[in-house]
Amino acid sequence: MLTILFDGIAYGMLLFVLACGLAVTLGLMNFVNLAHGAFAMAGGYVTSILTMRMGVPFLATLPIAFAAPALLGLVLERTLYRHLYSRSHLDQVLFCIGLVFMAVAAVDYTMGSQQQFVAIPAWLQGRVEVLGIQMGVYRSFIILVCGVLALALQLVLTRTRFGSRLRAAVDDPRVARGLGINVGAIFAVTFAVGSGLAGFGGALGAELLGLDPTFPLKFMIYFLIVVTVGGTTSITGPFLASLLLGVADVAGKYYVPGFGAFVIYTLMIAVLVVRPQGLFARAR
Amino acid sequence: MLRRTFLTLAGATGLMLAASAGALAQEAIRIGLILPMTGPFASTGRQIEAATRLYMQQNGDTVGGRKVEIVLRDDTGVADVTRRLAQELIVNQKVTVLAGFGLTPLALATAPLSTQAKTPQVVMAAATSIITEQSPFIVRTSFTAPQVTVPLAEWAAKQGMKKAMTLVSDYGPGHDTERAFTETFSKAGGQVDNLRVPLANPDFAPFLQRVADAKPDALMVFVPSGVGSQFMKQYVERGLDKSGIRLLAEGSVTDDDILNGMGDVALGAITAHHYSAAHDSPENKTFVDAFQKANKGMRPNFMAMGGYDGMHLIYEGLKKTNAQGGEALVNAMKGLSWTSPRGPMSIDPQTRDVVQTVYIRKVERVNGELYNVEFASVPNVKDPVKAAKSGSN
Repeated sequence: MLTILFDGIAYGMLLFVLACGLAVTLGLMNFVNLAHGAFAMAGGYVTSILTMRMGVPFLATLPIAFAAPALLGLVLERTLYRHLYSRSHLDQVLFCIGLVFMAVAAVDYTMGSQQQFVAIPAWLQGRVEVLGIQMGVYRSFIILVCGVLALALQLVLTRTRFGSRLRAAVDDPRVARGLGINVGAIFAVTFAVGSGLAGFGGALGAELLGLDPTFPLKFMIYFLIVVTVGGTTSITGPFLASLLLGVADVAGKYYVPGFGAFVIYTLMIAVLVVRPQGLFARAR
Repeated sequence: MLRRTFLTLAGATGLMLAASAGALAQEAIRIGLILPMTGPFASTGRQIEAATRLYMQQNGDTVGGRKVEIVLRDDTGVADVTRRLAQELIVNQKVTVLAGFGLTPLALATAPLSTQAKTPQVVMAAATSIITEQSPFIVRTSFTAPQVTVPLAEWAAKQGMKKAMTLVSDYGPGHDTERAFTETFSKAGGQVDNLRVPLANPDFAPFLQRVADAKPDALMVFVPSGVGSQFMKQYVERGLDKSGIRLLAEGSVTDDDILNGMGDVALGAITAHHYSAAHDSPENKTFVDAFQKANKGMRPNFMAMGGYDGMHLIYEGLKKTNAQGGEALVNAMKGLSWTSPRGPMSIDPQTRDVVQTVYIRKVERVNGELYNVEFASVPNVKDPVKAAKSGSN
């Protein structure tokens, strides 16, 4: 039983890292970035190429899997996304979907459509038994890394000067600009970090979720569920929502396999009926 | 004066007509090859295309005194596109044969067209049993899911396994596999539990935990080939490979094209299929060497085999009919038998489906690379679903 709980938490943590970047851009910058999965895919491919073709150790590739999509995000933000902040959500969605299709086609063309693999070091494989619970080592690793990451994000956003500047810039860009805050630069950095986190999640998740060019399309729905259920005004919302969804998904598939695929959607509908603004968000 | 001009004109017209009729007789035989060359199933297209090119390179591009041309079209794995392309190939390109068809829905969408136009349709990949029943012009050179599953279930029962579980992706070929395994294994006195996994399923953890708790003697798996590697990894991660549960799978799970990338987690998996690149025969050795030489070392998989034998079938059929198409060509294909790199095979004259040897294999490391090594075989296997139907009639 506890093994199911453990697997669910690991899965939820992974969902969180993949989706938190989206929560940041959507919630804080009010931009519907459906192309988020493309950055996650970029991270996954960076790790895959480095570990499988160049023999770089897995852990060493993780910072690169963060940096490369972050850089990509920064460039795209300055050249493309910037022009869409003031446009309607529909324009933003259409733009991002176009970007996703271009990313899928580009990766398909350069890397081929087959599954890519990631080489995990031996000490991260296998299972250990702790207090009678069977735990996968790699899943424990994910829980640990993602837990630390969630905590760090929360602290940055609520306790640092950068966090308060960001919130100010989102609440009222004009006033923030008047107070001498460089709104453009803050948005660019935030977007880059969000993209980098997605890439990091993609690199961590490639082992469990698989990696092929359709990744951004396959997982877009999961990101969106996390963000809608959790609400977008904080980091804790999506975090708790990811855990809830992860555990519900795994437990549902274990106990009622026939219905398992629908548990996550049923949960989302139920939450949205009761709290349309998201489970952990204050009503606006 | 006027009369003379008229005569000259008429003569010239007549000459032109005669010339164009001559050109028609010389016109090439076109084979309309429809494959998913892009999109998630592009590897299927790539393999089959490479195999058909190789066949033409080895056997020349003329049959019965006429040139053979391949007209390749990319359907991206979407059924309505396949149908549109098939129509275009029949009407505008006047193809003699349609071939390819990477997935079941793609073959089904084209079936009515091939009946209407009386154009033979050679299915080189799709593996659901019902396909050949959808048009009297469909001939298949790949395999059917039940065809390879039934021998595997029989083998498992013979090994003394009593309790088995199936884990299949929730779609057509998965259901076919589940039914074939369950029926055969139960008939042999075994007990089977079924488990279905959603097709879009990122994490196998809960399903594998169920398997671990149930502790069957064997787990029979069928998932689409790309997902297979993910499944294998999680199977080993959960320690199921050391728990005494034997892993059985339909052969596309350990597809030759990606088997090497899966790594050691795939070692020891027992699968049943009609082709392995490691098949030990002189024909296969020649085929694999030539294929790898022509394609930068890419290993041929069962898809390539289906394409290669599909071309062979078309060539032999055309030889028998003197390059005639239509009904004559389908009739010529019925009952043809030959020794393919996969082993002996033939086309069942009743069902137009493939009859072939099914091999039981085990993933092993050979010369540093992973291969499906065959260790048992069942000759002359027909599609069991259609065999059962004709038996009851």
